[in-house]
Amino acid sequence: MTATRKKQAYAFRLGVILVLFLTLKAAGNLSLALGMKHLPPASPANPLAYVQAMLDPFVAAGVVALILAVLVRMALLSLADLSFVLPVTAVGYVVAAFLGRTFLHEAVSAQRWLGTALIVVGAMVVGSTTHSTNGARPK
Amino acid sequence: MKWILVAAMVSATVLSDLLQSYEMKRAGEQTVDARGLMKLLRMIARRSFLILSIGCLAISFFTFMVLVQREPLSFAVPASAASFVLEAVAAKIVLREHISVRRATGALIVLCGVILVGG
Repeated sequence: MTATRKKQAYAFRLGVILVLFLTLKAAGNLSLALGMKHLPPASPANPLAYVQAMLDPFVAAGVVALILAVLVRMALLSLADLSFVLPVTAVGYVVAAFLGRTFLHEAVSAQRWLGTALIVVGAMVVGSTTHSTNGARPK
Repeated sequence: MKWILVAAMVSATVLSDLLQSYEMKRAGEQTVDARGLMKLLRMIARRSFLILSIGCLAISFFTFMVLVQREPLSFAVPASAASFVLEAVAAKIVLREHISVRRATGALIVLCGVILVGG
C-alpha cells in the first residue's frame, strides 16, 4: 500500500470511529437526561440514589450507550492526539443542542446557535491538522 | 452548588483524559469491532493507569448525572467543556503533543463556541 493510500485509509478509520463515538454519546446523554428528569432530585452524597436511578430503563440504556462511547473514544485516542480529539468531538455539543430542543423541548437561543456554528467551524479547522504528533502507531 | 459540581466534574475529566491518552498512545492503534471492544475491556483490567482513568471518569459521570438532573442538558453538556483549556495545556506539557498555530486557532474558536452555547 502506498503512503497516500495508507494515509487515506487511516483518515477513513478515524472518521468512522469519530462518527460512532458522537452517535453513542448523543444517544446516551439524551436517554440519561430523559430518565433523570423522571426521578426526584437526589443528593450527590447519596450513593443509593444512583443505584435506584439505574433501575430506570432510560437511565440504564443511557449508561450502556455511554460505556460503549468510552471504549470507542479510547480507540480514537489510540489513533489521534488528545488536543485533536477534544475540539473535534466538541461537535457533540451541537448535537446535544439539537436533541435538547427537539426531545426535551429546551429553549435554544440565537446566542447558542451562534456558539454551535463556531464549534463546527473550529472543529473543521482542527480536523484539518495532523491527527497524531506524539507517536500514534497506525497499522 | 452547580459550580461545585462543575469543578468536581472538570478535575476528574482532565485527569481521566490525560491518563487515557497516555496509555492508548502506548498501546497503539485499536479497532471498534466486537473483538476490538473486548480487547479494550481486557486492556482496562490489566493497566493501572487505565483503571485509575476509569475511576476518575466514574466520578465525572456521577457528578454529570446530578448536574443533568438539576440543570438543563443544554447547560450541563457545555459546562463540562470547562476542562477544554486545562486539557489542551496539559496535552502540550505532559503528553508532549505538538499544538500548531492552526490547531490552537481551531481549538480557540471551539472554546468561544462552547462559552456561547453555555452562556
